[in-house]
Amino acid sequence: MTVKLERYAEIVGEDVIDQLRQLVTPLKGIRVVHVNSTRKGGGVAEILNKLVPLKKELGIDVTWEVIEGSEEFFKCTKGFHNALQGNKIDADSDLLKIFEETNMENAAKLRPVLNDADIVFIHDPQPAPLVKHFPDRKGKWVWRCHIDVSRPHRRVWKYLRNFIMNYDASIFSLAAFAQPLPHREYLIPPSIDPLSEKNIDLSQTEIQTVLSNFDIDTERPMMLQVSRFDRFKDPVGVIKSYRLTKKFIPTLQLVLAGGEATDDPEAKTVIDEVIKAADNDRDIHVLLLPADAHRVINALQRASDIVLQKSIREGFGLTVTEAMWKGKPVIGGDTGGIRIQVVNHHTGFLVKAPEGAALRARYLLLHRDRLLEMGKKAKTFVRENFLLTRHLREYLTMMVSLIHESEGRIELG
Amino acid sequence: MAQSNSKAKNRTKTKRIPFEIKDCALVGIATGKKAQTLRELRDILQTIHPDSIYYHFWGGLLRPRFENPEFNNDFASWARHALHDKDLAEKLGIIDPTDLTDLEEIRIELLDIIEERLDASEYVPWSSSDERFYFITSQIVVFDTRKVIKEPKELEMVIPAMSPGSIFYHFIDARRRTFGNLDDFRAWLYGFNEMHDLCGRLATVDPFFSTLTELRSQLTDVVSTYFRESGQ
Repeated sequence: MTVKLERYAEIVGEDVIDQLRQLVTPLKGIRVVHVNSTRKGGGVAEILNKLVPLKKELGIDVTWEVIEGSEEFFKCTKGFHNALQGNKIDADSDLLKIFEETNMENAAKLRPVLNDADIVFIHDPQPAPLVKHFPDRKGKWVWRCHIDVSRPHRRVWKYLRNFIMNYDASIFSLAAFAQPLPHREYLIPPSIDPLSEKNIDLSQTEIQTVLSNFDIDTERPMMLQVSRFDRFKDPVGVIKSYRLTKKFIPTLQLVLAGGEATDDPEAKTVIDEVIKAADNDRDIHVLLLPADAHRVINALQRASDIVLQKSIREGFGLTVTEAMWKGKPVIGGDTGGIRIQVVNHHTGFLVKAPEGAALRARYLLLHRDRLLEMGKKAKTFVRENFLLTRHLREYLTMMVSLIHESEGRIELG
Repeated sequence: MAQSNSKAKNRTKTKRIPFEIKDCALVGIATGKKAQTLRELRDILQTIHPDSIYYHFWGGLLRPRFENPEFNNDFASWARHALHDKDLAEKLGIIDPTDLTDLEEIRIELLDIIEERLDASEYVPWSSSDERFYFITSQIVVFDTRKVIKEPKELEMVIPAMSPGSIFYHFIDARRRTFGNLDDFRAWLYGFNEMHDLCGRLATVDPFFSTLTELRSQLTDVVSTYFRESGQ
């Protein structure tokens, strides 16, 4: 067993690693490729940064390719992202032309890698049209959707469905996101890596240093939301919740920490809205962090009393899992993947409005024993359900099923 | 006489079959079918693949959740939390799949209860659009733990160390695989003449209204009590 696998075994148990090895046996010799639109920033890149090396450690021949596109291309795909999450925005026909041309150019570049691969995973809508450029593809192509598409803007979905229906299978994080498609739709929630910089244990000294670097008072209570500056994450709503809570807990501080993903052209506008809403309040810390500030995020999550993820729409919300792994209760928006992580009244609270978040934050800050108890439950819940090894087991099961065209039951060993 | 000799021989042979301990996990698969009203639920239930009914009764045991949920099947839970119909939830929640011989009987039982509710109701109970019932099915992957036992007494040692997935595979999934819908423990123990009493005791363990960890404790108790009392 490699050193890394040994370290996972220490956390999840030897049996779990042995199961992964059994799943890999029928996959020996196959070539797997993942394709997405950014190497850094956002949940997808983060998952691939962990899944791909672990698949390699298990002996699978796997590579990760990233498509390239202009600012206009990403403007178009950001529009898709918003429309798939329910905003009624139609795509501009000029942008659609750029979208399709960009995919055609990328298909030409990636042809040698993708044409002969046994399994190709295409992540999210940005590279979805690639499939149409590979009529003679050898392998199985899978579309992996990381977005909450439970109620998409129909016109945009209809346009994208023309590409997606050509895949051999798709993966959604929740049943509520699955759309009618002419192929098998797997349900695989994502995960976090307990050994990553973002999740490993940190010393108290390192945590204190991070806080003092940002002038955050270590003696006073702190609420945190870590996410992209995106309207679906409702950062302005979080500021409203903080103000309502601060009336009762005047020493409260709020940290809004986020990075900029290279495929998100709207972030700047949202940051301006957040800064305006913060209105020079010295206890609101808006932190714009580089995409690789994993240890800083880790320290902030560990230092916070409560973590919020007050999203209005959420594909999954890996920051929720990360906070729970650090023993923090999470007050999360009652939407998408947050619902399967935050078990209401057990690992945190599900809320609809800023007022609900404020009510629950106030309760937890005034009932420290309950806060600690929920945090402890949250950590156990993540260990049992949302670590990388479970995620990988489900991916590998799906791969075995696709390659061997298995139906209901797969017997290994 | 020749026949009974051969039977005795077979029994001796059966006795030597080792018990291989397996583990398992489920991967969910969307069926694409969803219901927002009770009538839609009924309509889909009439034709949905039995594997989906199985998943919504038994799959919850291997899904992320806390122990002791309010209801033991997803239909009852949806009736309570999405339709806000306590009466219907209680009626659906009491369905015991182990009392019914197969999934078609469960389907009929579900449909009867839902039809009765629809007949009694002046309006069709409905849920909000983000609380729909999504019909799911699953694929099971079975792992070899490479642990094998040869003698019944060894169950006393291995059951307490079994993972929830192993308990699911041998005590629940087994009922779909074995002749007479037995769990794997009894199917194996019946090959040992002197173990019929233990089989009888295992038959009293209710597989449905417990979590997998509770089931493991109950099975451990039954097996250790049996060996203590029988002095084996």
